[in-house]
Amino acid sequence: MIRILLALFLLASPAHASEHASEKVIAGLSQNRVAITANFDGTGILIFGAVKREAPPPTTEPLDVIIAVSGPERPVVVRKKARVLGIWVNKESRTVSSAPSFYAIASTGPLPKILSKSEDLRYKITIPRMVAEKAAADGLSNIDEFASAVIRIRQHNGLYTEKGGKVNLADQTLFDTQIALPSALVEGDYKARVFLLRDGRVIDDFSKTIAVRKVGLERWIYNLAHERPLIYGLLSLTIAILAGWLASTIFRLLKLS
Amino acid sequence: MQSYLPIAEVSVSILLLLGLGTTVGILSGMFGVGGGFILTPLLFMIGIPPGVAVGTQGNLIVASSFSGMLAHLRRKTVDFRMGLVLLAGGLVGSALGVRLFHLLTALGQVDLVIKLAYVLLLGIIGALMMVEALLALKRRNSKGGTRTKRKHHSWVHGWPIKVRFRTSKLYISAIPPFGIGVMVGILSAIMGVGGGFLMLPAMIYILGMPTKVVVGTSLFQITFMSAFTTVLHAIENQTVDMVLAFVLLIGGVIGAQIGTRIGEKIRADTLRILLAAMVLSISIKLAFELVLMPTELFSLAY
Repeated sequence: MIRILLALFLLASPAHASEHASEKVIAGLSQNRVAITANFDGTGILIFGAVKREAPPPTTEPLDVIIAVSGPERPVVVRKKARVLGIWVNKESRTVSSAPSFYAIASTGPLPKILSKSEDLRYKITIPRMVAEKAAADGLSNIDEFASAVIRIRQHNGLYTEKGGKVNLADQTLFDTQIALPSALVEGDYKARVFLLRDGRVIDDFSKTIAVRKVGLERWIYNLAHERPLIYGLLSLTIAILAGWLASTIFRLLKLS
Repeated sequence: MQSYLPIAEVSVSILLLLGLGTTVGILSGMFGVGGGFILTPLLFMIGIPPGVAVGTQGNLIVASSFSGMLAHLRRKTVDFRMGLVLLAGGLVGSALGVRLFHLLTALGQVDLVIKLAYVLLLGIIGALMMVEALLALKRRNSKGGTRTKRKHHSWVHGWPIKVRFRTSKLYISAIPPFGIGVMVGILSAIMGVGGGFLMLPAMIYILGMPTKVVVGTSLFQITFMSAFTTVLHAIENQTVDMVLAFVLLIGGVIGAQIGTRIGEKIRADTLRILLAAMVLSISIKLAFELVLMPTELFSLAY
């Protein structure tokens, strides 16, 4: 009897342990290239996917999905104003060595409820974790104040967003969300990450790169300005002089006739 | 319709830019000023990075002063020798200014310096213009007032390195015009202005040049100095945005035509009072921004 129970237990336990691991996330993006053209006005990226599993889903713990898209990380100089002789002047400054230029999170529910602190630490998912981690590594005094200013200003400008409940999850299997990329995009490789969670723990994740690039005329102008600045400067002068001269000549002719 | 500016790396409505260009064009057509000192703060306000706003201005100033200079060349109202001395000073000042701009950007004080410079200069010039315009109005109303005679020899004329400026009918030291050129050059590089509003009074009151050649000569200096500043900004800071300049220029040319017509219909004295009021109000607005506690104490830079 005991032997049978033990055998059953041994049979059951690995199955129980691998229950989480047996759920895999498969995801796709509506576009993995974003072209910044002359009339670029922001774009939306549809991120969708499914949970692949061998066994039927356990009914006890709820399944959650977090989707995060982050822009290229760059150092940011944060300055704080103080009153000097009656006027407000930039006084203190700190450098946060790296913060994403853009960060958007969407999830099936409120983040504090579906994501445990330790998992956030490990995967760096929430916005404060993403910036504070970098700031702490810089080891400067009262850096928190400056790091939270980065978050506040970028949230205000719509560069950092957090939307709980924006991911649709159907039958614990199919999910999708729309992430809006604003018009003021910085060029670079953006990273889309998808996390599958049960009971606050990440059971699988998936990531994919989105290449954001200037194309066409924008690309050409940008390259010229940085690689051949002298030619670029002279060219822009020539264009401006010609356009100004042409326009005033046209108006003079119109006035004469 | 939005347009992504390749150098500024922001997306701005084309219609807004055209509207800005046209408005400033109308003002410059009405009052005969370059308009850089109005456009630069406006560009800051719509979110163009200060560096790009200032760097791109030079490009616009070249375009708008070039056709003016051509007209004055045809009328032979340009003092070339004086223009070249002013230009030599301007090139030195511009090179210094672009360096200074670079340094101030690194120190994070560029916004403050630009704003302080605007408050001081616009405040002084606006007040002077207002006083003079009001006095002129009073004189005209009281009729047959006294016309103050301009001094022909001011204290700066006796300095060494005397040069004969034939067109201006002057035999004065080359140092004062060179110095004026340096000042204007620095201002043009860090404030994104042509500097006409500073150079014209200096040429009349300090150098004692005849009014006839003042505008042509200053346009000559401004055209070449701004061209130099633009190329320097392009090389040193990569802050010249071709697309931004082009759109603003189109608006500016259209606006200038409208402005010239409005200007012809309003009396000169009224026009001067209006311009003085506008200059003063921009100065006061900027001064308030510096004194009032900002809603966000922190700012980000890269």
